[in-house]
Amino acid sequence: MRNAFCDALVAAAAVRPFAFLTGDLGFMALEPLQAAMGARFINAGVAEANMVSVAAGMASGGLQAWTYSIAPFVYARPFEQIRNDVCLHDLDVKLVGNGGGYGYGVMGATHHAIEDYGVMAALQNMRVFVPAFAGDVAAIVTRMADDPHPAYLRLGRDEKPADFTLPAYAPWRKLLDGACGVLVVVGPGAGPVLAEIAGLDPADRPELWVLSELPLPALPPALLASIAVSQALFVVEEHVAQGSVGQMLAHTLLLAGIAPRRFEHFHAHGYLSGRYGSQAWHRRENGIDAATVLAAVR
Amino acid sequence: MTTLSDQAVPADHVNSANQATANHVTPAQARARLLTMHHGAKVGHIGGNLSAIDAMLHLHTRVMGPDDVFILSKGHSAGALYIALWAAGMIDDAELATFHKDDTRLGGHPVAHWHPGIRFATGSLGHGLGLAAGVALGKRLQGAPGTVYCLLSDGECEEGAIWEAALFAVHQSLGNLVVLVDANGLQGFGSTAAVASLEPLADKFAGFGLDTVEIDGHSAAALDGALGGRGGTTRVIVLRTVKGKGVSFMEGRMEWHYLALSDAQYAQALAEIGA
Repeated sequence: MRNAFCDALVAAAAVRPFAFLTGDLGFMALEPLQAAMGARFINAGVAEANMVSVAAGMASGGLQAWTYSIAPFVYARPFEQIRNDVCLHDLDVKLVGNGGGYGYGVMGATHHAIEDYGVMAALQNMRVFVPAFAGDVAAIVTRMADDPHPAYLRLGRDEKPADFTLPAYAPWRKLLDGACGVLVVVGPGAGPVLAEIAGLDPADRPELWVLSELPLPALPPALLASIAVSQALFVVEEHVAQGSVGQMLAHTLLLAGIAPRRFEHFHAHGYLSGRYGSQAWHRRENGIDAATVLAAVR
Repeated sequence: MTTLSDQAVPADHVNSANQATANHVTPAQARARLLTMHHGAKVGHIGGNLSAIDAMLHLHTRVMGPDDVFILSKGHSAGALYIALWAAGMIDDAELATFHKDDTRLGGHPVAHWHPGIRFATGSLGHGLGLAAGVALGKRLQGAPGTVYCLLSDGECEEGAIWEAALFAVHQSLGNLVVLVDANGLQGFGSTAAVASLEPLADKFAGFGLDTVEIDGHSAAALDGALGGRGGTTRVIVLRTVKGKGVSFMEGRMEWHYLALSDAQYAQALAEIGA
């Protein structure tokens, strides 16, 4: 999704003023943006706390500021700068983290982001965006740029099956009809699920929804209706349970008086074996890979 | 040497944005008003307010114009900022009377979203210089006028973020940024020498490439001199100050980072200040 992100910001830079700060990352990806932005593209160095404070200072003067790094270095390292400098002042600062979830795989736990959007969503005034596909990124970048508030963007790897036609971006999207319960996926993990079940008869698969924004948007009536009919809700996400979409969804449904008879939450647990591998390997270890989830659902 | 305590601040010299309503306040009167406010609220943080109030008062009433921005990185000296804004006619007596009380906007550390002279909520140390660098760079990118002033404490310079920001300010050649360091030599639980061997502080900033001067932080003439002749590099002014300046039993005493004044101490302090 990095290239889609770069393309979207290059397009945005042609029509609106903003500053872009990177924590010394973006090699072989952000060069077109650097060329397009000139002096407004700033390599802030390996100093993420300062990068976020600088961005807040710029935004306080009316200049929208985007910051970029590997996900944990943009949401965890400068956490207090995000909380105090950006969010308390409701400033127009965007935090972009590449490699959400276990995206950096065997590079190790320091480079993973499995509690990012829960932490960010807990902050005042913060919006969170988790694109599921590269095709979502342009629309999300536009939404972020148009909204003068703090935002966190979790970028991942595009895993959309080549033959699947993506519906237009929306915070909630139904990707497939199905009769075997409702399956909600957060982020790119929707791609492998699609690959497994898109070719099945709807009678033999769950109804598939993907969620891409927090705080939790209002649940679409069609989603509520499907939950009511099927009485089975499954949530899959590459994020720990605390602060997860699964928790938010359960909370929202209970407040609305809706309690499906079956609710299962497939989420990250961390590092169960103490061993490391690819993103796909970590998904399998945590039971959040498509095959494990679908075996449980069906 | 002329000290700010010796000088009145005539209203016709006030450069602040709201100068039309500026109070005619001497620095000694400002000190007394600070003590009255803190005594009324029965709160501490007085020592670091008295070390910094001269510079803040001078900036707000004699130096800054409407395009300038002041950032109090050492947010625990909020009282001195409120008094400086009051002296500049930007906060009134009724507002000051709410200091540190329920339903106030004058918290023990500055809070956001209510006053144009308080751009950022501060209090967690180490944030102000990065914010100031961002404001300064944003001004340059937008072609906007004005200077950004940022006041740090010396103990605050133990925060790593200060040095990230210093490196950035030098690299970006932020000539529209002035950093003032209230070097009173005392911090929360010891002297800056005992806790962190902080000196020579000016050399540390200079070693980063910042245009650094060291002055008597209670001297108006010295501050005016230090603010002049700036070039394309961030100027750092290390203000040699005395914690609790002006009150004999507070001067150089670490405990006045925390203590509130008794009635007897308050009376003695006012008498010593002689406002």
